[in-house]
Amino acid sequence: MRGVARARWVVCALSVALVASGCGGGGSSGGSGVVRASWGDPQNQLEPANTNEVQGGKVLDMIFRGLKRYDPRSGAAENMLADKIETSDQQNFTVTVKDGWTFSNGEKITSKSFVDAWNYAALVDNKQKNASFFAYVDGYDKVHPTSGTATAKTLSGLSVKDDRTFTVKLRTKFSTWPDTLGYVAYAPLPAAFFENHAAWLKKPVGNGPYLVDSYDKGSSMKLSKWDAYPGPDKAQNSGVELRVYTDNNTAYTDLQAGNLDLVDDIPSAQLKNVKNDLGDRYINQPAGIIQTLAFPMYDPAWSKSGLEKVRRGLSMAINRDQITDQIYRKTRTPATDWTSPALGDKGGYKAGLCGDACKYDATAAKKLIQDGGGLPGGRITLTSNVDTGSHRVWMDAVCNSINNALGNDRACTVNPIGTFADFRAQTTEQRMTNPFRSGWQMDYPLIQNFLQPLYYTDASSNYGKFSDPKFDNLVDEANAESSADKANAKFQDAEKILAEQMPAIPLWYQNGSAGYSERLSDVTLNPFSVPVYEQIKVG
Amino acid sequence: MGRYVARRLLQMIPVFLGSTLLIFLMMHALPGDPVRAMWGEQAIDPSQIARVKHDLGLDLPLWHQYWNYLSGLFQGDFGTQIASQRPVADVIADAFPVTIRLALFAFVFTVVVGISLGVLAGLRADRLLDKGVLFFTLLLVSVPSFVLGYAFQFLFAMKLGWLTPTVQNSEDFGQLFMPAIVLGSLSLAYVTRLTRTSIAENLRADYIRTAVAKGLPRRRVVGVHLLRNSLIPVVTFLGTDLGALLGGAVVTEGIFNINGVGRVIYEALNRHEGSTVTGVVTLLVIVYLLASLIVDLLYAVLDPRIRYA
Repeated sequence: MRGVARARWVVCALSVALVASGCGGGGSSGGSGVVRASWGDPQNQLEPANTNEVQGGKVLDMIFRGLKRYDPRSGAAENMLADKIETSDQQNFTVTVKDGWTFSNGEKITSKSFVDAWNYAALVDNKQKNASFFAYVDGYDKVHPTSGTATAKTLSGLSVKDDRTFTVKLRTKFSTWPDTLGYVAYAPLPAAFFENHAAWLKKPVGNGPYLVDSYDKGSSMKLSKWDAYPGPDKAQNSGVELRVYTDNNTAYTDLQAGNLDLVDDIPSAQLKNVKNDLGDRYINQPAGIIQTLAFPMYDPAWSKSGLEKVRRGLSMAINRDQITDQIYRKTRTPATDWTSPALGDKGGYKAGLCGDACKYDATAAKKLIQDGGGLPGGRITLTSNVDTGSHRVWMDAVCNSINNALGNDRACTVNPIGTFADFRAQTTEQRMTNPFRSGWQMDYPLIQNFLQPLYYTDASSNYGKFSDPKFDNLVDEANAESSADKANAKFQDAEKILAEQMPAIPLWYQNGSAGYSERLSDVTLNPFSVPVYEQIKVG
Repeated sequence: MGRYVARRLLQMIPVFLGSTLLIFLMMHALPGDPVRAMWGEQAIDPSQIARVKHDLGLDLPLWHQYWNYLSGLFQGDFGTQIASQRPVADVIADAFPVTIRLALFAFVFTVVVGISLGVLAGLRADRLLDKGVLFFTLLLVSVPSFVLGYAFQFLFAMKLGWLTPTVQNSEDFGQLFMPAIVLGSLSLAYVTRLTRTSIAENLRADYIRTAVAKGLPRRRVVGVHLLRNSLIPVVTFLGTDLGALLGGAVVTEGIFNINGVGRVIYEALNRHEGSTVTGVVTLLVIVYLLASLIVDLLYAVLDPRIRYA
């Protein structure tokens, strides 16, 4: 009996511990008015010109304001710190900075704050990931040569005129260049950034509506409202606590348990429940991300004449509606062009530019592919990394769709690659001999950003090595146009060439999704599918 | 004894060198380039990549990289992460305390509950209680830890609201309670079964009969004579288990959002952060080595016939 008595004691001790911790639990922090939001640990150091992923971007969007800012709703670039940006020739710009702005440490923001920041970003020694954004500025090849060391420390195209004006000389005409300036890489930097870099990285100082209170790497970042923020978009809450989650399922669980207020990535496993769980506290809207299947145009088997029929036929063989419905539960939208609806009309989006080639038609697809001489080698494989984004699932579905259209079970197979690093290496080294996934997330909401880096001859992300002189000409002409509308029209003409040549099959536009707790109101996502934190109201 | 310990400690040096070399080579053999992957879907910049590689010494021949790594290690420098530019030592210093707390919690739970249940079941072998424990442990062995984790989360946090579903503060032992139990449950099952078998067998041993015949109180017979002799297989298991608890908590740490070693390894593997993986795994190897040394020393304590010279 003694044994049993001891067992009872153990059970009691355990249940006491359970109850005690139950009482102690739930004591999560987050004072009134603070938004507790899910976050991922930013891979890189939090420098404006060194952050190219969304998690670090969230923070920078809260603590920095640039010359322009993209309207959270329309995506249109509007003046923020810029008083005016003028040009007469689409190549030489004069920027006037608004008066009265300061960094949160009190330092005045002048034209020098911008020029110093941009020179720092462009210089190859500083290893900033977004350096290539300054490639449009004259003198970039001196500070950032493709090999060897820099022969100049500063961009020759930038010069400070006075406290509030500076001029920018671009390498070529680029009429919509001012509209790119809302990207975080163009943010101004305080002198503290250059003087004590390590301290700045620990606790970044910017000029946005929030201040960084503490940054506990790998677990959380606490930001509070900057009361003296001079801009029009003051924070509507008292602060934001960003909490690191490695698994979005866990974040979703915490949202349901009331330990978290905002989740900006709904796990795919929960998509079928999310309407029931959250009702109208679930957001699902287009983000500036498109997924395509690019063809290896450097391979003659895919680029010889007549093959455009095969490429178009393959596009028509994909039942986009069914796949976005059943696999993604409408968190992807079937693509009808090569850009994104997140651009809006002003940014140059026009639905349906792909035409019939992006409409599912199995019979027409089969006929086109046969007319074009059939699939190269009789069969194709689709390649993608499969570590994120349910890529494996849609590749299977796309292959299935193609096989059904062709009536051949072995026409299409998938080639899953375990990690993104491996996949990226294979695509950049042009080892692909068959279509591969090519995703693109916009840097700024302009049609130019969806076309030029991807399909212009030898452009930086043109992994399929597509090249078409007519397309290049139209892009050049568009960049030289004096008004955004005229430029957009030219870019849309260029898209029509893509529809004929089909160097990449548009699959679907990716949506941004988010869910929030009952404590919050006025939650929206901007065109980059990042929550607009400063507009969120608590309580 | 002292000489034995010294010899064992010296033996760790080649093991340590070998394991770092192996992990270092394995990380290098992984396909793909971590520096290039930093650019994500965006355009890559060859001069930038070359610069980053040069600064981190990744452009040197492999033997040179390993030599740099080793010589750094002996000066307490675990290297630098590629993307974040953070010293790996900082990353380890952040993650290890969390995991050690969790693993010790799970370990204590395993030892206390596992041995108690095992003793109870062993003393009443083949009775109802024994059958019950057998069934319970079978359940724990067969259910994967993530199922248990989600089930606990659903039951205790979502339905009953007793606990927070995830760990908000890793220094709060109340919040570590649920993950620790999930983490320790599999070992618990093994410890219980090992103890039970060992106790049931030794119960019939001559020395127990002698002890009982001497008229010793039952408490002393079970607590000293029986338990001490029955614990040798359990201690062997627990020694290696401590290492597994420290390094193998990837799934549990994910479910409960704990910023520990498991997560660091997982992320580092995904990002091909060679120096991070090598550093963390090397530390785990050392933990294993030390644990097995302690186990061997404990044999001598438990069984006086075992002597180390």
